[in-house]
Amino acid sequence: MSDATAHQRGPGVLVDESDLNGARSDPKQTWRRWLRNPNSLIGGVIVVLVVASALVSLVWTPYSPLAVDPAHALGGPSLRHLLGTDEYGRDVFSRLMASSQIALFVGALSVLIATVIGIPAGLLAAQRGGATGQVVLRLADILYGFPALLAAIVLAAAFGASKSTVVLAIGISYIPVFIRVTRSNALVVLNSEYVLAARAYGRRPLAILRRHVVPNIATTIIAQMSLLFSLAVLAEAALDFLGLGTAAPAASWGTMLQSSQDYLGNDPLLTVWPSLAIVVCVLGFSLLGDGIGELRDARSRR
Amino acid sequence: MSLLHVRDLEVTSGPLTLVSGVDFEVDAGERVGLIGESGSGKSLTALAIMGLLGEGLSARGQVRFADKDLLAMSERQRCELRGNSIAMIFQEPMSALNPTRRIGDQVAETLRIHRHVSRREAERAAVGLLARVEFAEPERYARMYPHELSGGQRQRVMIASAISCDPDVILADEPTTALDVTVQRRVLDLLDRLVDEEGCALLLIAHDLAVVSEVCDRVVTMYGGRVVESGSVAQIIDEPRHPYTNALLATSKALSVAEAASGANLPSIPGSVPSAGHFPQGCPFRDRCERSVDACLEIPPMVTQGERALACWNPVGGSASSVQGAT
Repeated sequence: MSDATAHQRGPGVLVDESDLNGARSDPKQTWRRWLRNPNSLIGGVIVVLVVASALVSLVWTPYSPLAVDPAHALGGPSLRHLLGTDEYGRDVFSRLMASSQIALFVGALSVLIATVIGIPAGLLAAQRGGATGQVVLRLADILYGFPALLAAIVLAAAFGASKSTVVLAIGISYIPVFIRVTRSNALVVLNSEYVLAARAYGRRPLAILRRHVVPNIATTIIAQMSLLFSLAVLAEAALDFLGLGTAAPAASWGTMLQSSQDYLGNDPLLTVWPSLAIVVCVLGFSLLGDGIGELRDARSRR
Repeated sequence: MSLLHVRDLEVTSGPLTLVSGVDFEVDAGERVGLIGESGSGKSLTALAIMGLLGEGLSARGQVRFADKDLLAMSERQRCELRGNSIAMIFQEPMSALNPTRRIGDQVAETLRIHRHVSRREAERAAVGLLARVEFAEPERYARMYPHELSGGQRQRVMIASAISCDPDVILADEPTTALDVTVQRRVLDLLDRLVDEEGCALLLIAHDLAVVSEVCDRVVTMYGGRVVESGSVAQIIDEPRHPYTNALLATSKALSVAEAASGANLPSIPGSVPSAGHFPQGCPFRDRCERSVDACLEIPPMVTQGERALACWNPVGGSASSVQGAT
């Protein structure tokens, strides 16, 4: 770090300009750095595969995920059923694919809810210190002290368990995370000299947020979104497992895991597949988040 | 009527008074140098004029610009003036540019705020402005990011953006301090020439009398958050009256002499600038001053004589009429 700044600080020491040209703007180089970082590479590949399987499952799965075939119940892996069949003879592979839809849907929507509320609130808290900022932070604390599980139980009791209650419960519980991440990163930018310079140019507060703060904290926020996405997938599976979310017979990794419990002795693989899907998906999004964070740090060190 | 008139400006941070009783004027087209060591309150004075004091700092007194009191204005009205009529150049060109935006975009920012020009026009104007601050290939530099530029180049970018809206006055806060000695000269000459061409006024903040004497018409010396002396450059350089101005001048002169006859000890001002709130009672310079007398226990009043003003009980060059006039 100190090396790089010392390097930059020598005014007039123009490090052969061609070296530096487009270091940031060249998309080719961004790609190369992206592929060289193991986290972003592996995470990216997994995320692409999960998203692809969810998209494909919308139009095609090997079997219908709901098609019951009692004759072949609890069949092990075979050429006809790659990952075997469950207790009703439904194709496990098809159900896994269909489940990824729900996982991504819940993950995306809950993160969206959290960001749509959390980011503006965090920006507000950063720009308006004083009473307004304190009120926002205290509200975040209150939300933070209210666990997602409790919210899910309350919502399920009030409106009946469904995907929407899961989305709401997870989304609300992530709002304070985004408030804090946004606020602390925005504060750094707001205290920077270039924001002071922008104010000296006559920029109004809102324009400063849009032009200077948001672009500078975007990468951090995106990394955080990816990390929370992975946690949302995990939380969704847990809530489904507890019967607070997607109801049978619809396929979701959590419900598959739940129903496979009864056959743990006969067919342990039935438990392994949804678990594996959850682990891989969560790992993918969290690696991607880490990777984005590392790429950002590498870039800011330059 | 002067263009910018600072009257009895006071900057406080809670119980601490950081700047007090600052009075000076800048006429249209005039160049005034504000000098003093770090911690003298020069930058705070500039930020107070801009209305950009940080959180916890507050300004009192009057800052009249073209007959309007800047301190009494709403933030919205000040936004209209900043960058448009009053421009500011910062000390650290390294951090005063947003690392995520292209140079051309940042040079044109002021124009886009105040002139509401289209993106395309702003880009064209930015290239023109970069050419005015002596970039050989303005189109290429306009597409670059700040990290691709050297310190001197970045400061020239800041100057380009300062002059973009034809301001009436430019506040330059130590514009060359953070730069290599070799490029200081070039940036200073450029600023000098552009201020001349634009016909705008300049408030140049510096701690180097040599810099100020080259560029400015008048000098205002600050110490301990107060103005201690002011006058024309010729008067101050030829015959400094305040011991602090005198000491600053001696260190600055000695540097050029020392270059010729190296080996001699460089003169310095004994002691260092105390932190805010730790200045001695009475004259703030008292404990570092060779000429301090008993009277210095009280704050010396500012006494004006023609163009000059001085706040000292025992000025260089004998007990002047100013002392008698005050007591």
